[in-house]
Amino acid sequence: MSDLREVVRRRRRAMERAMSLFFFLCGMAAVAFVLGISLYLIVSGLPAIGEIGLWNFLTDSVWSPKQERFGILPFLLTSVAGTAGAVLLGVPAGLLAALFLAKAAPPRLAAVIRTAVELLAGIPSIVYGLVGMIVLVPAIQRAFGLASGASLLAAIIVLSIMILPSVVSVAEMALAAVPREYEEASLALGATWMETLYFVTFPAARSGIAASVVLGAGRAIGEAMAIIMVSGNVPNLPGSLFAPVRFLTTAIASEMSYAAAGSLHQMALYSIGLVLFLFIMCINVLLHFFVKKEGKHG
Amino acid sequence: MDKTLSPARKRRDLFLRILLTASGILVCVLLFFLTGCLLWRGLPYVSWAFLTREPSMLQGTAGLLPHIASTLYIILTTLLLVLPLGVGAAVYLTEYAQGNRFSVWVEFAAEILAGVPSILFGLAGMLFFVQLLGFGTGVLAGSLTLTILILPTIIRTTQESLKTVPRAYREGAMALGAGKWYAIRTVVLPSAADGILTGCILAVGRIVGESAALLFTAGFGTVLYGWWESLTNSSATLSVALYLYANERGDTDAAFAIAAILALLTLGLNLLAKLAGRKWKRSR
Repeated sequence: MSDLREVVRRRRRAMERAMSLFFFLCGMAAVAFVLGISLYLIVSGLPAIGEIGLWNFLTDSVWSPKQERFGILPFLLTSVAGTAGAVLLGVPAGLLAALFLAKAAPPRLAAVIRTAVELLAGIPSIVYGLVGMIVLVPAIQRAFGLASGASLLAAIIVLSIMILPSVVSVAEMALAAVPREYEEASLALGATWMETLYFVTFPAARSGIAASVVLGAGRAIGEAMAIIMVSGNVPNLPGSLFAPVRFLTTAIASEMSYAAAGSLHQMALYSIGLVLFLFIMCINVLLHFFVKKEGKHG
Repeated sequence: MDKTLSPARKRRDLFLRILLTASGILVCVLLFFLTGCLLWRGLPYVSWAFLTREPSMLQGTAGLLPHIASTLYIILTTLLLVLPLGVGAAVYLTEYAQGNRFSVWVEFAAEILAGVPSILFGLAGMLFFVQLLGFGTGVLAGSLTLTILILPTIIRTTQESLKTVPRAYREGAMALGAGKWYAIRTVVLPSAADGILTGCILAVGRIVGESAALLFTAGFGTVLYGWWESLTNSSATLSVALYLYANERGDTDAAFAIAAILALLTLGLNLLAKLAGRKWKRSR
């Protein structure tokens, strides 16, 4: 009898140990994925950079697989310009909407807008791309009398709408956490409610707002499918808002399927992935830093 | 309003107020415009035949059946893979690790994964699952890629709901002689089931809408397969099919019909997740 009990107890202990190992491994899987992705993008991205030369790869302004010239300067500058444009357009609107939600909106209206923000965030990027292609691109073409409306401007507008939800939700959290006392002090000094919101609440939440801007920039630089359909997909330097352009992301998405396997062209596309990955990692580190700082304040 | 304000200040105040309200309203207008445009352009082309037939080159007709099937296969396979992994990682973080060195790594890793754009998941998935492991483009490679992409979502929602399970439940179970795993299996996980389900709904929404990560992993195939054959045969989900129809074939009517379906699906799923989360919060 006591033997049986001993067996049961031992089996149970083994089970406990096995499960704690299982959970540990599940946790480590996330770490392994990050290491695996980084390693893979670096290993497959380096050969082409080695062959083309880093300086050439980054500063040559001609991308022409036929002539075996692979300079990604046009994509690089387009991605930076597109992200900057989306941030310039989307962030102010997003921050104001967040301030309205956090401090000024009547609760009913705030609930409606909050739902709208969540739903906007859930719409697939390819759907944004389609609407941009069918509605926005012809509108731009007509408004500015262009041969084609597929342009950097169209991509910037689509991107700025797409980053809106992330900016709004992160900034709202930061703004709602601003202590009521700051605002009351400002009101007591004779400022109106609006002046208080703009000149006291906003500055007080600046590190959370910075986090929302960085998050929005990360979203914008990594977006592919929404802008592949509106940007015209021509490797131009982003000299004009109305010229068709190609981004880092859309270069990968549009050329990967017809680049010959094992060719320098395909390797160069992997290298673009590596460059994009480095961009994103910088943004992630920046974001981590701002979120940490925000946590300390709040 | 205060009567002592100067007219200039009053005007500025009004301007600031209008600016604030207008940006709030703008978000709603955008949503209404988008969904309205999609439904108006797309719904007329949605028909029972369109949903339930295979595309035919001979008759030049578009059909969604293969894409609906592969979307379902990918949802099923991905959830099968990501649920144990994500829930396991969340259990490790909240029940076992309690802020040790490893848990910091895991949380940082999840944060990084959440920030990586889906096109890079697609690239890495293609290099690793399709080429190195030789799975070929198909539902298997696509689901494995999406598993990594969805993992942070499942970890976060599960973790949040595990945190709301009162400490006393765990202590009660332990006091009755249950081991840690026994307590987790019988008390902690069942109390956190609502959060895990919310995470699943959100994950399905992400999977349905994902396209960039699937282009080179699940592929463009438009043939109807059974689940088992689809694992290693190129199969386009609805989102990828939308890209195919809009960009490669220029069939915008079919593309809009798919977009309307996708928008309705994702809106519905997100609303469901939101309502479910709220209901469970109240019942706690």
